[in-house]
Amino acid sequence: MAEQVLMLALSPTMEEGTIVTWHKKEGDSVAQSDIICEVETDKATMEYEAVNEGTLLKILVAEGGKAKVGEPIAVVGEPGEDISGMLKEAEQKAEPAAQAPGASEPAASPESAALQVEAAPAAGPTGAAVTTPSAPQVPAGQLKASPLARKMATEHSIDMRVLRGSGPAGRIVKRDIEKALRQVASYGPAAAVGVQGPIAPAFIPSAAGPTASGKDERIPVSGIRKIIAQRLAESKFSAPHYYLRIDVDAGEMMAARQRLNARLPKDPAGKVSPNAFLIKFVSETLKKYPVVNSSWQTDEILRFGKIDIALAVAQEDGLITPVVRGCGSKGIVQIDRELKNLIDKVRSNKLTPEEYSGATFTISSLGTSGILEFTAIINPPGSAILAVGRIHKAPVVGDDGTIGVRSQMMLTLSCDHRVIDGAVGAAFLSDLKAFIEYPIDLLY
Amino acid sequence: MGKGKAGVTSAAGTAPEKKTTSKTPGGSEKAFRTELLRQMLLIRRFEEKSAQMYGLRKIGGFCHLYIGQEAVAVGAVAALDLKDDYVLTAYRDHGHALACGMDPKAMMAELYGRQAGCSRGKGGSMHMFDVDKHMLGGNGIVGAHIPVATGVALKIKYKKENGVVLCFFGDGAIHQGSFHESLNLAKIWNLPIVYICENNQYGMGTDFRRVSSVTDFSKMGLSYDIPGSQMDGMDVLKVHAAVKEAADRARKEHQPSFIEAVTYRYKGHSMSDPATYRTKEELGEYKSQDPILILKAQMLKSKQLNNEEFDKIDAGCKRIGNEAVQFAEDSPQPAIEMLYEDVVV
Amino acid sequence: MPVIAFRQALKDAMDEEMARDQNVILMGEEVAQYNGAYKVSQGLLDKYGPERIIDTPITEEGFTGVGIGAALVGLRPIVEWMTVNFSAQAFDQVLNNAAKMLYMSGGQLKVPIVFRGPNGPAEYLASQHSQSFQAFYSHIPGIKVVAPSTPHDAKGMLKSAIRDDNPVIFLEGEMMYAWKGEVPDEEYLIPLGKAEVKRTGEEVTLISFSRSMQMVLEAAEVLEKEGYSAEVLDLRSLRPLDEEAVFASVVKTNRCVIIDNDWPMASFGSYLGWLISKNCFDSLDAPVELVAMEDVPMPYNHTLELAVQPSMEKIVTAAKRVMYV
Repeated sequence: MAEQVLMLALSPTMEEGTIVTWHKKEGDSVAQSDIICEVETDKATMEYEAVNEGTLLKILVAEGGKAKVGEPIAVVGEPGEDISGMLKEAEQKAEPAAQAPGASEPAASPESAALQVEAAPAAGPTGAAVTTPSAPQVPAGQLKASPLARKMATEHSIDMRVLRGSGPAGRIVKRDIEKALRQVASYGPAAAVGVQGPIAPAFIPSAAGPTASGKDERIPVSGIRKIIAQRLAESKFSAPHYYLRIDVDAGEMMAARQRLNARLPKDPAGKVSPNAFLIKFVSETLKKYPVVNSSWQTDEILRFGKIDIALAVAQEDGLITPVVRGCGSKGIVQIDRELKNLIDKVRSNKLTPEEYSGATFTISSLGTSGILEFTAIINPPGSAILAVGRIHKAPVVGDDGTIGVRSQMMLTLSCDHRVIDGAVGAAFLSDLKAFIEYPIDLLY
Repeated sequence: MGKGKAGVTSAAGTAPEKKTTSKTPGGSEKAFRTELLRQMLLIRRFEEKSAQMYGLRKIGGFCHLYIGQEAVAVGAVAALDLKDDYVLTAYRDHGHALACGMDPKAMMAELYGRQAGCSRGKGGSMHMFDVDKHMLGGNGIVGAHIPVATGVALKIKYKKENGVVLCFFGDGAIHQGSFHESLNLAKIWNLPIVYICENNQYGMGTDFRRVSSVTDFSKMGLSYDIPGSQMDGMDVLKVHAAVKEAADRARKEHQPSFIEAVTYRYKGHSMSDPATYRTKEELGEYKSQDPILILKAQMLKSKQLNNEEFDKIDAGCKRIGNEAVQFAEDSPQPAIEMLYEDVVV
Repeated sequence: MPVIAFRQALKDAMDEEMARDQNVILMGEEVAQYNGAYKVSQGLLDKYGPERIIDTPITEEGFTGVGIGAALVGLRPIVEWMTVNFSAQAFDQVLNNAAKMLYMSGGQLKVPIVFRGPNGPAEYLASQHSQSFQAFYSHIPGIKVVAPSTPHDAKGMLKSAIRDDNPVIFLEGEMMYAWKGEVPDEEYLIPLGKAEVKRTGEEVTLISFSRSMQMVLEAAEVLEKEGYSAEVLDLRSLRPLDEEAVFASVVKTNRCVIIDNDWPMASFGSYLGWLISKNCFDSLDAPVELVAMEDVPMPYNHTLELAVQPSMEKIVTAAKRVMYV
């Protein structure tokens, strides 16, 4: 069955493309992923990979010709197939496609690939399973996505329109959302390199200068990058952020950690990290301030029933935020073991979306990079994020007026003012400080 | 009740003992009897070939052989003119199909499941059909075709045609509701049909005497006021005479009849049945009154046949069997596209 | 643990229940002297005599109805249909009597009866002898329909079916009678209405029952070799249906292939597909696939009859389709 090859958005902002070169001529056979032509977009010349298979029966847009996204540029089918009806249809289709929805959201979208009819499986024994041979075509412009993908996208505030589905006829499926989430996490809202692990190689400056040629380069923005931009902007610009800063004496916490580790010398899991302590202190403080463990949901505020704390962790291609679930009912050692397990999964690229999404609170630390203090962007659906600076020796004036050298750590809490009022945020941070400085208070 | 010759000797009712005349137009009695003999031999040789090919796994599934019962189909169908008349039978249908003049090649190809089979490879052993020959199958469900045959008779009556329907079934089917419902309908509507119960004495492995309230099935016809007879199904001439009389009544008076032909199958119910439920002696007894031997003896005696002629006929039938196998071997497998053909018109 | 054939497991179940309860009788075509058309009742006539192991004429509607009548007043008959194909002749008795008496009598009349026999296609049997009846029977409220896939389940479930106070359709398979499996010596029962996870997996759920289970498990093996993790669920009982087990698995794997060797239209598999899409909608990453028979009567030709039915290859292909690989 003949299918139309449609102009696809080969850059996120492309509305129209110009055929530069046809790599296939009429009569050539076309396999999936073959480069059939090159298309000049508003940004660059891109290769067009075939999604249809068969024989190129007709080129509708010659070299040098333009086509709007969604318009047919060629027909692929069986040799000798009658495509006159389709050609007529193609002429008509060119019109509505030109007025693709959302002028400001350029007709972009791989979902116009949905126009390409899936080859109807032959009725009969050659089809592996019984399939409705005449499944209705999804109307142009309507997003194709699995129910699970839709649910995940909603949960993670991902705009599916910018995704390219890898399922049949461009259907967006679970793995597409997972991929997007991984990449979002890589450039996540904390916009920071995590406390663990090496700096990603991509960040190591090249000797050759900013670009290889020395000239300006235009790097096409991937759909994923666009999501990240959207999510960061959405968080930063829709959630009114304010920041609270407090200087904390981490000496007692570090001493407690030392004592604990001394008791667990042979534990194969290794030493308990300061992050586990921080997560524990934060979760205990959140119990006192459930409003900080909440989410703005437009018409209501969602108060989470559990305390799920994310920690920003560096990985090779960026940053990800594994979540330790149910911290409120876990001890420091258990939190540490779970965290290590999650970080191992990050290293081996096995972290699942369930494991890095849906945090009710996030902690980001740039201590290992030497940063003393910074502000972070809130990681939805949470309403607050804690930015942790380097623990460093500093002179501190004590209550009695004497100056001593202490292990100091600067904490900066970013809050969503729609959910957390300033006084509440301040009280939370103040209590957190007290917990860190006098861990025994946890028991009172 | 004893086994052995039970029932075979009786000729209750109206079946004449020996009054066989040829109905073949322009044919002599000798020619007619030779044709009966030839048909029985053809069935015998065809079935033997079928058994052989089944053993070679060329044929699969249920394959119910007709060996031993040849006189019933051959004698009965010889009373018909298949331009007007019809035949319906159950799953032990090879003999009736051949008696109706169906092509042995197309039948063997059907047993092979090949495209040139009479049912295009879709029916197999139990479902031989040839609409041109007015052979309407070949039904696999015990008793289920009896009302259908009755419906064919309704059409004959409705169209005021001259035909008659022969409906064959076994002793196992006679207790199904469909049999009893059909007989009543045929009687109240005066339909031209002859119900022929081929009592081969075993419904699969069950001796009919164990599961029947009567051993003379003709009584079952009588309970619907349908004339019935129990007669020797091993003698082709007797079968022919009885069926001819019943068919004539159907044609002239539009009255149904019932005939019980007492017969015997030499093989098991199907290829997988070792038939251990009966004795070798019993089988031997029936083989000694083999329908082919009976007719052959009668013809030898009356000088209508000599041994040389018999051998020649037999050789011809064997050749037909071999040719049928060759034809089936050469016939292509049905194309996969055929699956969705013939589901609805 | 002893390894016995499916037919032996069925026989042992009937034997034990007949020894336990005088009200249990077995009737059907060839069940007594012939020891069963498929030798399932081997030896029972000798042990229990012709009063309890009863040969019937070929009168499916008659003896099915007789069984129901006896059940109404206290016997617990097992009615063997030589093949379930022939139960079409008795369908009215099941539909209108067995399934309705309890309801119509306002709970006064129970019908403790088991109808059992081989269901679905065997080989080379053509259109009238190669049909699946799970859709017909599971359509009917008032009866239970079960279809085990191993000798172990067959024995435990047949015993439960015999003790059940409802009419139970017990679906077997001609090709399954020789299947062997471990069956413990000691007595056990398996409740009707409980599915079993035969194999755990993460990426796709394969749901089936009865004879198809064998090829489903093979398909899971093949998928594993190719790097895909399939969960295999044996429903064992179609009515009552273990919806909880089905949903739990699909919510976990997000993808589902149902294998039902029956025509696709208005089938048990298509109903199950609807249930899943309704209850697991937000968990589904792909449409539920149904590997069914082709929508045609069964042809005699062997190549065609194999092409009509589900196969290991078709299951693998369908699983890959829902996994988008």
